[in-house]
Amino acid sequence: MRKYTPKDNVQAKSYYSDRFWVAPRVPREAVEEGTHFDRVVATLRSQIKLSYVEVGQLVIHIDANENFAVIKKLKEECGYAQCSEQSAVDYLAQDGEFELFYQFLNINEAKRVRVVCRIKKGEAIESIVPLYKSANFAEREMYDMFGIKVNNHPYLKRIIMPDDWEGHPLLKTYPLQGDEFAAWYEVDKIFGKEYREIIGPENRDPASIDRYDTKRFSRVGYEVPFGADISQGEVAKEIEYSKTLLVDYKTKSKQLDERK
Amino acid sequence: MAQHQVNYASSAGLPIALTTVDHLVNWGRSNSLWPLTYGLACCAIEMMASGSSRFDFDRFGTIFRASPRQSDVMILAGTLSKKHSEFARRLYDQMTEPKWVISMGSCANTGGMFNTYATVQGVDRIIPVDIYLPGCAPRPETLQYALMMLQTKIRKESANMNKNTKQNLRLV
Repeated sequence: MRKYTPKDNVQAKSYYSDRFWVAPRVPREAVEEGTHFDRVVATLRSQIKLSYVEVGQLVIHIDANENFAVIKKLKEECGYAQCSEQSAVDYLAQDGEFELFYQFLNINEAKRVRVVCRIKKGEAIESIVPLYKSANFAEREMYDMFGIKVNNHPYLKRIIMPDDWEGHPLLKTYPLQGDEFAAWYEVDKIFGKEYREIIGPENRDPASIDRYDTKRFSRVGYEVPFGADISQGEVAKEIEYSKTLLVDYKTKSKQLDERK
Repeated sequence: MAQHQVNYASSAGLPIALTTVDHLVNWGRSNSLWPLTYGLACCAIEMMASGSSRFDFDRFGTIFRASPRQSDVMILAGTLSKKHSEFARRLYDQMTEPKWVISMGSCANTGGMFNTYATVQGVDRIIPVDIYLPGCAPRPETLQYALMMLQTKIRKESANMNKNTKQNLRLV
């Protein structure tokens, strides 16, 4: 049997339920005594704001000004030799801040650490390229996608978007289908702005139907020749069905068997 | 069986064949379409398959060339990003006339599933297209068919490219 669900007020219910699937929170465990992570936390004791273990990974929250000092200690004293990823999360609408994270790997201990810090909009962060070469591209990507400036980076330049691009696409305020600059980028770049009128805007609607386009669309009962101009309105035409399939019930008796 | 040798005895006794300049020129053009080796995304894998032995483009006289100066056809196989659009147009401009364009796959035709800020919503916004190939990705048979359709189209065209209507629509 199907499980019974109450049917009262089902239509109004959708207004109260969450529109999107909300991921369950991953449980945060305390750092256990005597483990490798406990020693890492003890080494960085004074600089850590908050620390916990999440899915077997140590997460430490630090002050953004101390990121270079903390990461240097993590590399030289705790053996975290590899920086596998570095980027940011946009929490501007929620908290007015970016959350920056660094992901490190200790190959000898097979342990990972995530270092998290928060900066306000317009603030810069210190580069960790002198410690980890792999942070070079990661920091450039962060600058490209979020517009976060990185101090003392050897070559801070856009890495994915074109150099003359305007805006930072991974910000929550950036529209998915692009702003006006993005919409006309290729036209402006190749032909110049005066060609915008000739080429016309992008068609972003996959189901768009043009009422007056007689080359690709036709309406049943209003068939017109291919490519005809119908901007002044077309003449209604009766639908022509194949005559062999029709039985004229008006003139003929509905009783088909005449022997009765 | 097809007769490849001219039978002089039956051709009014003369070693000649009558034709038009259009027909002769287009016969040459349509049977030696050299496309540019230019893959943009996953459609390029199907394009490579079309060129290799199973599907064998060579039997149509279609040989991929590594330079736009030697190419007649540009097969836009895949997603064209806005960053790359400038270079796609430059390659098209570098091809010598007469030239034709096949837009291969949904992404090249309309932007496809990439309804985003970074993708050109149809390559016909920057390059005039002769044949649109539907599919995601189109099978090599579809590309073969498109090539044969392009050959048919070329055979119908005038040898003087200035007389063809599409030429006048080209943005230069």
